[in-house]
Amino acid sequence: MLLLALDTSAAATVALLRDDVVVGRFGSADTRSHAEVLAPAVQRILADAGVAGPDLDGIVAGVGPGPFTGLRAGLVTARTLGFVWDVPLLGVLSLDALAFDAVAGRAVPAGGGFLVGTDARRGEVYWAAYRAPADGSRLPELLDGPHVGAAATLPQGMPLAGRAASLYPDDLDGLPALATSDPDAVPLARVARCRLLAGEPLRDTAPLYLRESDARVPGPRKRATA
Amino acid sequence: MTREEPLVLGIESSCDETGVGIVRGTQLLTNTVSSSMDEHVRFGGVIPEIASRAHLEAFVPTLRTALDDAGVTLDELDAIAVTAGPGLSGALMVGVSAAKALAVATGKPLYAINHLVAHVGVGMLGDTFADGLPPDLGALLVSGGHTEILRVGNIASDVELLGSTIDDAAGEAYDKTARILGLGYPGGPAIDRLAREGDPKAIRFPRGLSQPKYMGTAEQPGPHRYDWSFSGLKTAVARSVEQYEAAGIDVPVADIAASFQEAVVDIITSKAVLACREHGITNLLLGGGVAANRRLRELAAERCAAAGITLTVPAPSLCTDNGAMVAALGARIVMDGGSPSGTAFGTDPSLPVTRIVLAAAREDRT
Ligand SMILES: [Zn+2]
Repeated sequence: MLLLALDTSAAATVALLRDDVVVGRFGSADTRSHAEVLAPAVQRILADAGVAGPDLDGIVAGVGPGPFTGLRAGLVTARTLGFVWDVPLLGVLSLDALAFDAVAGRAVPAGGGFLVGTDARRGEVYWAAYRAPADGSRLPELLDGPHVGAAATLPQGMPLAGRAASLYPDDLDGLPALATSDPDAVPLARVARCRLLAGEPLRDTAPLYLRESDARVPGPRKRATA
Repeated sequence: MTREEPLVLGIESSCDETGVGIVRGTQLLTNTVSSSMDEHVRFGGVIPEIASRAHLEAFVPTLRTALDDAGVTLDELDAIAVTAGPGLSGALMVGVSAAKALAVATGKPLYAINHLVAHVGVGMLGDTFADGLPPDLGALLVSGGHTEILRVGNIASDVELLGSTIDDAAGEAYDKTARILGLGYPGGPAIDRLAREGDPKAIRFPRGLSQPKYMGTAEQPGPHRYDWSFSGLKTAVARSVEQYEAAGIDVPVADIAASFQEAVVDIITSKAVLACREHGITNLLLGGGVAANRRLRELAAERCAAAGITLTVPAPSLCTDNGAMVAALGARIVMDGGSPSGTAFGTDPSLPVTRIVLAAAREDRT
């Protein structure tokens, strides 16, 4: 199974996986240049691997939640590639990638509950609650979320995977190995692959903004009265 | 790639229109546009985040419709062109990301081009001008996003900004004034309609930047000889409305609309014609969404005729933001042997008109 994955919910990351093997990977720590770096990265990774777009079995897209502009750059890229190459689009919650990392790295005990949290800016985090699989499966189970809110409002008593832990150490109990991690295209692709192999459905690529645009309907003009 | 009559697909997303146009040389094959205007109505103006969200949802469907409408496949394209700026940052990024993905997926060269110059590019399409762009050409662009007068020496290599608004765009002034008068959004058509019933001379609203200290003389131009300002005009309208209300008199909405419109089109056309006369421009193209305004067209025609300037107004669907104009300029650049922009360039919300096509970033030039 040949999957190209893109996640732009935080950093811009791209990965090409043949079955479980990472064939190519790109990651940019800069969260504001997604529109610049994404397409060249896809081009380079496919060229280096000698893979033609139509050979792909799927394009995996991280659907957020994440800051809007970067998220859109990834989603419009994935949708356009999928359209031109006629390759299926596979949407995955970006937080699932971090949850997958937490389970794969044995950072959480089998059957144990944990949180995933990323930087939502404006003093808030994007988060979700998961349970690690107890039966030897690789996929964590999403229990609650995704949500956006202040770190102090998250459920207490569960460890957290993701950058939110290092941003709000007073409020969150971070898993040390994953306290500065962002969602990445490699585990994102693995989540999609596990779901496909298990015959589970995947999401569409609708973005998870979780916040309305800041637009306000203007109030009526104040009338001057005599 | 054929440089004779290249088949070029153009992508536009700088404001609230998602446009995909396809041209073969100077022949228009499709001009497909999806607008998010309806979603902005309740806010009384374009909300950048809402426009950006709409671009993401509209892009692939608009692309598919454009290809079907033109009856061409992506394989047949010679090049892709996209608006890289100026415009709303988040909106530009959707179109640019999509265009880059399209270029990577098809292997076609990508040209990142200037939105304002592309507005002039529609002059090359169809029968806008019988023999292509004429010499001594200028362009007056009036819309919700811009108000500019350009000198166009060569559309692919020599464009100069002679003047522009220093605050609100003219279309923005219409929207804000319409809101003051309770006329809804978009303001241009609403005010234009109501203005017909009003007296344009009822109230003398200010003509921004028309004082001698801004204008100077032809020999010694002032700092804003060909520039416009509309923010003071909007304030004057608000004050006028308040005065009627404070006096307990019914607000003469039609007279205010007509007088406001007269102030806008008077200063736009007088400065544009002045810039033309002082820069040897004898052919003026009127573009942008406000080119559809009845009074602007009327007064521009009258004043251009008096000054010996030939005024050309393209079809309305080519005046508002669209992908065909991007494709048309892209095709011109291909025909002139211009270099593609690669896929590593960035968007530029304030791209100057002197940058007509972006050069490839260094990592592309290996
Ligand atoms: Zn425009």
